[in-house]
Amino acid sequence: MEETLKIIVLVKHVPDAQFDRHLNGEGHTTDRDESILSELDEYALEAALQLAEARGGSKAGNQVIALSMGPAGAVNAVKKSLQMGATEGFHLTDDALAGSDAAATSLALAAAIRHIGTGAPVDLVLTGMASTDGETSLVPAQLAERLGLPQVTFASSLEVDGERLTARRDADTYSETVEASLPAVVSVTDQINEPRYPNFKGIIAAKRKSITTLSLADIGVDRSQVGRAGSWTTVTSAEERPPRTAGTIITDEGDAGIKLVDFLAAQKLL
Amino acid sequence: MAKVLVFIDNPGDALKKSSLELLTLGRSLGETAVVLNGDLRTDVSDAFAEYGVSAVYQPSAQDLDGYLVAPKAAYLAAAVEAAGAGTVLLDNSPEGKEIAARLGIRLSAGVITDVVAVDADGTAHKSVLAGSYTTAAKVTTPVAVLTVKANNVTPEPAASPSAPEAATVEVPAGSTAAAARITDRQQKTASGRPDLTDARIVVAGGRGLDGDFGPVEQLADALGAAVGASRAATDAGWISHDAQVGQTGKTVSPQLYISAGISGAIQQKAGMQTAKVIVAVNKDAESPVFEIADFGIIGDLFDVLPQATEEIKKRKG
Repeated sequence: MEETLKIIVLVKHVPDAQFDRHLNGEGHTTDRDESILSELDEYALEAALQLAEARGGSKAGNQVIALSMGPAGAVNAVKKSLQMGATEGFHLTDDALAGSDAAATSLALAAAIRHIGTGAPVDLVLTGMASTDGETSLVPAQLAERLGLPQVTFASSLEVDGERLTARRDADTYSETVEASLPAVVSVTDQINEPRYPNFKGIIAAKRKSITTLSLADIGVDRSQVGRAGSWTTVTSAEERPPRTAGTIITDEGDAGIKLVDFLAAQKLL
Repeated sequence: MAKVLVFIDNPGDALKKSSLELLTLGRSLGETAVVLNGDLRTDVSDAFAEYGVSAVYQPSAQDLDGYLVAPKAAYLAAAVEAAGAGTVLLDNSPEGKEIAARLGIRLSAGVITDVVAVDADGTAHKSVLAGSYTTAAKVTTPVAVLTVKANNVTPEPAASPSAPEAATVEVPAGSTAAAARITDRQQKTASGRPDLTDARIVVAGGRGLDGDFGPVEQLADALGAAVGASRAATDAGWISHDAQVGQTGKTVSPQLYISAGISGAIQQKAGMQTAKVIVAVNKDAESPVFEIADFGIIGDLFDVLPQATEEIKKRKG
């Protein structure tokens, strides 16, 4: 049997991208009323569950810990993770966190990860390839820098052997294989696996799993280090782009290809 | 005068257009120097002079390419300190953003990604939530790190060329210790088409192609365009995942986006709704893509696309 793993999966609750999304208030932050577990984080959770299951799962002592930072609703991302099979959850929540940019977010998450790793260190921190709302993709790299760990981003495959991980990355012009020592921060793409749906058994089992709520005081972070006060960037204005409107719609009567080219010529796009 | 550093990674034989854009933008903000990784060849060196670069920094170590981003960020951080720069510009590639991210932590500097314009006072403009909002943001720390999207600045040489100084920056010891090492790299075969993210024209296909990307590729080639795809098409394995446009793929803002056989649900819309002109071809008149198309054709793409391709070839003669 291989050595057991302690894996933290960062899960984010984000506004459902199926609906219109809005920026609100003085800080121009995202409205999270209709929030769900970020679809891209499900791939990270699935990757963690597969690594744990290959080592005998939770019975053998493997841990898959879902960690979410955010207001009260963020606990739903943790609950969904527990239903999918995570062994326990942590919800970092504090009013002072509101409006944190990537730098402040990574500071708080790094502190929470150190806190969770007290006593038994964490082997792997897994994230999705991006959040579907902020879209800056900065947090995994900033987290790795703050924790002094190797980062492997956009992994489309991931294997762990003892103290080493091997991952495959696909860029537009090349594919590569990378190696890093554990512990490490890894972000995975939506090509790495097919996330499972929570089944009835999983939903029932999740009710007995623990979710620990962490405040900034619990993880030793001062209020001034996070939120808008602790951020290194500020959004000074936000403007909703006027929605696109439909233009000319025609039905093909055998010459639509020609009409398409006429349109392109009129727009000087040829 | 404010000092600006532009990070340029392995330019090869000639600078990419996006690098020239960064140098042009840099010059509008202050005295611009280049932090280079990789060989400095003659044409690149000449371009630096032409664009008024004041200095070119190169790393003391040669092995930065064997690792993922961390040592490059350490090198760039050392260069920023050596130069006393207030602004750092990088390209907006995934690697550019990750170097920026780590640099930000090393220097306690704010990072803004996906920037399309920068005002003289440092205010950066970008669009968020898949193009549904435009925002202005500012870095509140002494050093600002900005990653800039391609095709938003017109490259312009300096009024008078410069004679850039050469300088070496010591790469901090131990910067490769906690980095992932690249053990193997395979180049993919080049398509010969423009890069999807930077292309002026994109022709994209979806479920309606039913496995046959031929009509989309032929139209793309007639127009000199890049080929894109919806998630349905990449998930079905009809075309490489790299071609995916949308929320979980690439975001593109070309002059022209031709959508063929794509319904245009929100996941796809998120990746292309900032295109200047959208043309849609779909059999289903109810497809949401028609709500955002400037020109829509309800019809069979297997008739419309080849006819358009032939017509373009004829007119281009």
